[in-house]
Amino acid sequence: MPAGLRAIDCDVHPMVPAMSALAPYLDEFWRDQVVERGITQLDSQSWPINAPKTIRADWRDEKGRGASTVSALQTQALEPFGADLAILNPLYGVQMVLNADMAVAFTRALNDWIRAEWLDRDPRLRASIVLPLQDIGAAVAEIERLAPDRRFVQALVLAMGDAPLGKREFWPVYEACVRHGLPLGVHAGSAYRHPQTSVGWTSWYLEEYVANQQAFQSQLASLITEGALGKFPGMKVVLLESGVTWLPAFLWRLGKTWKGVRFEVPWVDRAPAELVRDQVRLTVQPFDAPEDDPGAVQRILDHLRSEDMLLWASDWPHWQFDGDAAVPPGFPASTLPKLLRDNALATYDRLRGEEGSQ
Amino acid sequence: MSQTTAAPRRHVVAAVGEIPPGGRKLVEVAGRRVVVFNLDGEFFALGDRCPHQGGSLAAGCVTGHVSSPGPGEYSYSRRGEMVRCPWHYWEFDIRTGRSRFDPNRVRTRRYEARVEAGAALRDAVALPEGPYRAETFAVRVEDDYVVVDA
Repeated sequence: MPAGLRAIDCDVHPMVPAMSALAPYLDEFWRDQVVERGITQLDSQSWPINAPKTIRADWRDEKGRGASTVSALQTQALEPFGADLAILNPLYGVQMVLNADMAVAFTRALNDWIRAEWLDRDPRLRASIVLPLQDIGAAVAEIERLAPDRRFVQALVLAMGDAPLGKREFWPVYEACVRHGLPLGVHAGSAYRHPQTSVGWTSWYLEEYVANQQAFQSQLASLITEGALGKFPGMKVVLLESGVTWLPAFLWRLGKTWKGVRFEVPWVDRAPAELVRDQVRLTVQPFDAPEDDPGAVQRILDHLRSEDMLLWASDWPHWQFDGDAAVPPGFPASTLPKLLRDNALATYDRLRGEEGSQ
Repeated sequence: MSQTTAAPRRHVVAAVGEIPPGGRKLVEVAGRRVVVFNLDGEFFALGDRCPHQGGSLAAGCVTGHVSSPGPGEYSYSRRGEMVRCPWHYWEFDIRTGRSRFDPNRVRTRRYEARVEAGAALRDAVALPEGPYRAETFAVRVEDDYVVVDA
């Protein structure tokens, strides 16, 4: 990590060790229900604990789990990578819960666990508000409940949920995001309401992890064509763990087709690529590019026609790199100040002017 | 456009009655394919070549202008004043030749078109040329004609 850049890590993943950890943050009814129903874990199939990518080998504890304490984050990521701030994006499987009341209770507990056991223990930490989209009204209420705490800097949903994110049913959420200066974070992963691909269910972890790219593309197309980005021009959308480099080719196809069928979506009155450059940001772990082609990163930046869109993230504890090589290779030195810090400050209203303070 | 530096010449391309309101006619003037539209009695002429890949606008769908103040709202106006290339549906404003999606950079060539009386035209204009010579006609003093400058 280059010295002196005071990096902001835009995607780290605290992992809930077990449902019992959330018990203190549930009301009595749900606390007892968890015990009576024998709900011991909500680990998601999107991130199988034993899959190598889920937790880097040297970051696992003796039980093979990890990322469950602030001290692990401090010693494994914050300190070695020199991050000045880090944004916590918990991926515990609350989105998979079908009972909306249970989902809301569990999601609130997850957010409160993050606040009490992470944010309160290190002033460098910020977090996303995990949204219970099983109930849109409850998702808005969760934003309202937590937004007064300015350490919550983003609202978080998964790339694969119930419906495409541009749909008008989600707009009250976006209205709340804009009102409180919260970008919408969209992270790889599924609520398993639908097959993980548009052609059906996958058989393998490999297939599913790669399929997230299709989901990101579909969500971006939905947010643009439904008019959500245009309706909320102040809203930033941050694609987390997307792989990034699929974006230029996708925008080419979207923009090319839009030129011909613009009349179908007349509210899209600018080229989709322009909307994306203004409102969409992406974290760069992973960054899908050949490591033996030093010009690849610059070509991607040229295709994006912007150096303002990419945000550095370690993706801790996911295994995207070894050692301290937390910045993907190939980024020209001149791009690092923006990549590592300035773009994050421009994206996250709540990081500006109060960096490093609580 | 740098196709010609000479001053444009007047070309009689049709008798007024040949292109009714809402109609169009493909003609060739000065070696170029031009499509002439009648919008409620006003005549407009565009190069019959989509700037994208050269599709014939004379073969495209004529439609209206749809814009939107916001998602789900359709403001439909200027019915009959937009033409879509039949190949990839790029939309062009018949009055200006400008594309809808990038009006400043993507446009098809526009020619001046108007109606002139036969009496004023006789002996003063070039007759249609090229493969459309079959459509050549005599200019009669008592009729009105569509004239394109090219």
